[in-house]
Amino acid sequence: MAEPLTIFTALPAPFLRDNVDTDQIIPSREMKSTGKTGLADGLFAGHRYTKIGGRDPDPDFVLNKPAYSGSQVLLSGRNFGCGSSREHAVWALAEYGIRAIIAESFAPIFAGNAVRNGVLPLALDRAAIDEIAAANSPVTIDLPAQTVMLDDDHRWDFTIAEEARAMLTEGLDAIDLTLKNTDSIAAWQQADRQARPWIYLGDPT
Amino acid sequence: MSAATSLFDKLWDSHAVADLPGGAQLIAIDRVFLHERTGPAALNALAEAGRTVADPARVFAVADHIVDTRPGRGDQTLMPGGQIFITELRAAAEAAGITLFDVTDPDQGIVHVISPELGIVLPGCTLIAPDSHTCTQGAFGALAWGIGSSEAEHAMATGTLRLDKPKSMRVTFDGALPPGVTPKDMILALIAVHGAAGGKGHAVEFAGEAVRALSMEGRMTLCNMVTEFSAMSGFIAPDEKTYAWLEDRRYAPTGKQWDTALTHWQALASDPGAHFDAEIRIDAAMIAPMVSWGTSPEASVTIDGQVPDDAEPRPLSYMALKPGQPLKGLAIDAAFIGSCTNSRLSDLRRASAMLKGKHIAEGITAICVPGSSHVKRAAEAEGIDRLFTDAGFEWRESGCSMCFYSGGESFGEGARVISSTNRNFESRQGPNVKTHIASPETVVASALAGAIADPREAQ
Repeated sequence: MAEPLTIFTALPAPFLRDNVDTDQIIPSREMKSTGKTGLADGLFAGHRYTKIGGRDPDPDFVLNKPAYSGSQVLLSGRNFGCGSSREHAVWALAEYGIRAIIAESFAPIFAGNAVRNGVLPLALDRAAIDEIAAANSPVTIDLPAQTVMLDDDHRWDFTIAEEARAMLTEGLDAIDLTLKNTDSIAAWQQADRQARPWIYLGDPT
Repeated sequence: MSAATSLFDKLWDSHAVADLPGGAQLIAIDRVFLHERTGPAALNALAEAGRTVADPARVFAVADHIVDTRPGRGDQTLMPGGQIFITELRAAAEAAGITLFDVTDPDQGIVHVISPELGIVLPGCTLIAPDSHTCTQGAFGALAWGIGSSEAEHAMATGTLRLDKPKSMRVTFDGALPPGVTPKDMILALIAVHGAAGGKGHAVEFAGEAVRALSMEGRMTLCNMVTEFSAMSGFIAPDEKTYAWLEDRRYAPTGKQWDTALTHWQALASDPGAHFDAEIRIDAAMIAPMVSWGTSPEASVTIDGQVPDDAEPRPLSYMALKPGQPLKGLAIDAAFIGSCTNSRLSDLRRASAMLKGKHIAEGITAICVPGSSHVKRAAEAEGIDRLFTDAGFEWRESGCSMCFYSGGESFGEGARVISSTNRNFESRQGPNVKTHIASPETVVASALAGAIADPREAQ
């Protein structure tokens, strides 16, 4: 399970675009393993390298600039993580070292995938994002308090569902949590088998 | 809660197993579908954690994403290193005891095409797959949505997912579609007006006269692209068309159970006066054929429209277009008909009818990839394959194919492609390929003309 995430300070790397899709985060051709690792090298491959399939860094891409190399926070625009549901996008970001993405909004599947892998999808409005980008200085993200801070005069609240916050701050394994509800799941299914027997394909009819 | 309940509330509440701390709920999952691109990661991780699939009879898998679509295919695929995804899915599916529709299975095809064909999706069920276009299957009055691999593991291990309930939205298409306008144009029009994030945080019910008038296949096309609207899912209340489509499908209930199921399904419509958190109304009569100009589905205009004057510089430069430039008449290099959006039998029937006695423009690469092996066989039985090949199209085995580029086959560096697929992202269909998404009719009209063309003018 992912390393717990609480309070940390990092310089955000600005990638200020709308609709950064998961094909951009990790192109299909870079999903070379059937596992969850070995993907960081393909992160943003289409932007990061000069040629498709190549490994020569494109100096114009933000993470290739010395100040942002290995950055733990990414700053972006509206609808981050749209497109394919591939969790490889989050695995690649996490393996690279990204712990939080500050964006105007997130595609729902991506946001769910992020939380499950210890990456915080943090939504702020465009004005705040522009201010953070312009400051070009480290931000402190306090997840338990749900704030982002540049300094005392520049502090923004954000909200994240309590369940997601608990998973991130405690590094919880969701399956273990749910297995505590085994009895209610069994009871629900028993009743549902009476109401909708056609759902239970393995049952004798 | 008021007595009037929406379809979404009925779907959600009937699957609520338990309330969790913080407002989330444990939601029962009736069906899980995996594919070879992301399925092995979920199955392998589950096995490595020492967990098992709780109810393997309700979990299915198919090889569709990276399988070769050229004739005579086997496990070899054009994607470098791709074969391992197929062989690992096979091994993991067997170990987990789940049903696999393998590469050469007569029921193989794109997950969202074969699940309805086999009656795996049913009205009132919850169905998930680690594929964002799972929402396609909401056309059957199911709550179907795309997830990540970890959530697939969770659902297989526990039969549930932990979820915060999204808000509800109703998108009503009033009136009737004009001739030559298709469900693909309806969804592109919605996204073009309300944005690629327009449905964020919502589950969307499609309603209205124009939606009711659609065939099941048309409804699937409409629901297919709600993920491009950033909605959790999209769905349509089941009706006689839905039941007629599903009856006698392999995994659908039979006999007395069918009758009981039918009674259950008939209660699934939104009650009059049901509350929606957001409402959008669109006059279907005002919709025209759509085509995308940019690198997000929201960057779409009517076929006789032009690139917006205030277009962002990045997509303009990527697509090699100028503000104010008309889309119609823009020369293309290739045409593609396929994908979970528009590769069903009715899509191929309409497209091929436009090709009869004609030939595509010189120098155009045109490929048709049926959505399933069943669609392919049915199309061949009707002679549809010949209409495509006689007109100069390639005719393929079923699969996701060049809806995306997986490192092997593409239309060539920088090619301009008109495509019946759902995504026009940068390099989605190959290195620097410029994808214009549109209906199959618009794809065919453009292939014939060698340039983006209005299907209403192609007879």
